Amino acid sequence: MFFQQLINGLTTGSVYALIALGYTMIYGILGLINFAQGEIYMCGAFVAVLLLATGKVNFFLAVALGMGAAALLGVILERVAFRPLRGFHPLVPLISAIGASIFLQSLALLLFGPNDRPFPIQFAFTTIMIAGLPVSTLQMTILAAALGFMGLLIVFVRYTTYGKAIVACALDRDTARLMGINVDRMVSLTFLLGSALSGAAGIMMAIYYNATYPRMGLLPGLKAFSAAILGGVGSIPGAILGGLLLGVAESLGAAYISSGFKDAIAFAILILVLLLRPQGILRGRGD
Amino acid sequence: MLTLKSVQAGYGRLPVLKGISLHVRSGEVVTLIGGNGAGKTTTLRTISGLLPPRKGAVEFAGQDLTRLPPERIVTLGLALVPEGRRVFRTLSVTANLELGAYHRRDKSEVRRDLEEIRQRFPILKERAHQAAGTLSGGEQQILAIGRALMARPRLLMLDEPSMGLAPRMVTQVYHILAELKAQGTTILLVEQNARAALKVADRGYVLETGRIILDGAAADLRDDPEVQRAYLGKGYQEVWE
Ligand SMILES: Nc1ncnc2c1ncn2[C@@H]1O[C@H](COP(=O)(O)OP(=O)(O)OP(=O)(O)O)[C@@H](O)[C@H]1O
Ligand SMILES: [Mg+2]
Repeated sequence: MFFQQLINGLTTGSVYALIALGYTMIYGILGLINFAQGEIYMCGAFVAVLLLATGKVNFFLAVALGMGAAALLGVILERVAFRPLRGFHPLVPLISAIGASIFLQSLALLLFGPNDRPFPIQFAFTTIMIAGLPVSTLQMTILAAALGFMGLLIVFVRYTTYGKAIVACALDRDTARLMGINVDRMVSLTFLLGSALSGAAGIMMAIYYNATYPRMGLLPGLKAFSAAILGGVGSIPGAILGGLLLGVAESLGAAYISSGFKDAIAFAILILVLLLRPQGILRGRGD
Repeated sequence: MLTLKSVQAGYGRLPVLKGISLHVRSGEVVTLIGGNGAGKTTTLRTISGLLPPRKGAVEFAGQDLTRLPPERIVTLGLALVPEGRRVFRTLSVTANLELGAYHRRDKSEVRRDLEEIRQRFPILKERAHQAAGTLSGGEQQILAIGRALMARPRLLMLDEPSMGLAPRMVTQVYHILAELKAQGTTILLVEQNARAALKVADRGYVLETGRIILDGAAADLRDDPEVQRAYLGKGYQEVWE
């Protein structure tokens, strides 16, 4: 029972972590919270699901295109909702982000209707025994894929020139420009990467819960935001740790306290962190 | 090589530079000295494109810089070692150096320069994988200079490289500048530490509240009674000797 809840928590937590990475990277480079992150997640899921429903696209291509669409949406969003507002009071882009979030949800509602869509293809996932404990291969696959994406992101940020340039912009924008780094381009690249990860997260959850709908990004988006704060917004390892911890806390809380509290737990943690340790577990900008 | 003509610049409505003219010829070391708040940093920010001038002209190698963003200006061969060093603290020493060459496309040459700079400043090799923020102030200054050199600048600008350093490190930094000068590097050196700056420089300008009040050969400025009174007073003597 405990073990099962732990696995459940890690599975959803790894998905929160993917979304939290988007929040944290964008915060790192622009100092703002993109509250439309949940809608980018929804966009990734919808594009993959609609493509698969045609029956003409294979699964991996659909995932790639879903992530690509999410990435594109993120880049466009930055251009229209954030870039024109640079230099304004930080509340202004925040309101703009909330506006974009509502707009995208309404648009999806208009285009696709309010109903849940099941995932168009069936997988042969089962339950296997590992060391005497039952483990769902679906959960293992999601966990492994999420951790794989996180690993790729870390390698990109640590070891590639563009990754280091993004960190340089987050640390010191003026000095980054003196190196010849085009900050606008790095901001776009950050949105692209963060949004692609959120898109991947959306597809994972569309499979996991077998449901894709316009408001699907709302709760995961808010929970991932809490996870980013918990880990220390601006910190990449913090977002991963925060996501996993939040997922596990939520799952154990639902099992041992009451399942009615499941969604409340994330926000209780958010409030506690803001009160007790507002800088998060691992604080940081640009690591 | 670099020419400023009646440059005016400021922040918001506040005027800081009130019409500055100066020039640096190829192969020269020129220093710009002045006290706190005189506008030295503002001058370098204007040249490097971080702060577009309100009026006047900034020309480098025949090109007008006034409309160019900093990321373009560095590609023309101007590199700045900023005030306070501004190394990228969480990035490794090597990553900092590599970012200095970010705009360069000649990757094999970049690798050679990296090796050369590590040879020249062994501390940057010893600390290659350490986060830049963990270096001492003097080591960070050397890193900031190395990072600027990675751009292969035709003109190297430095903003108070001796600021906040122990006397031994000041000596070391100025030793590096003297070496660069001997190699023919063109340098524009901003300092409050006039004693050190005038020793290495060929020529100098004295900046006071946004205006150049004096200029001439470094040796003449050293002997100028006004400069001696205002900039070579006791306070600096202690720092330098
Ligand atoms: N970002 C800024 N916004 C507003 N005013 C500024 C800004 N930076 C500098 N100033 C003002 O411009 C004037 C010149 O500053 P500047 O930094 O160019 O002086 P400086 O000669 O470099 O001094 P220091 O030797 O202390 O570094 C000062 O009065 C300063 O208060
Ligand atoms: Mg200054």
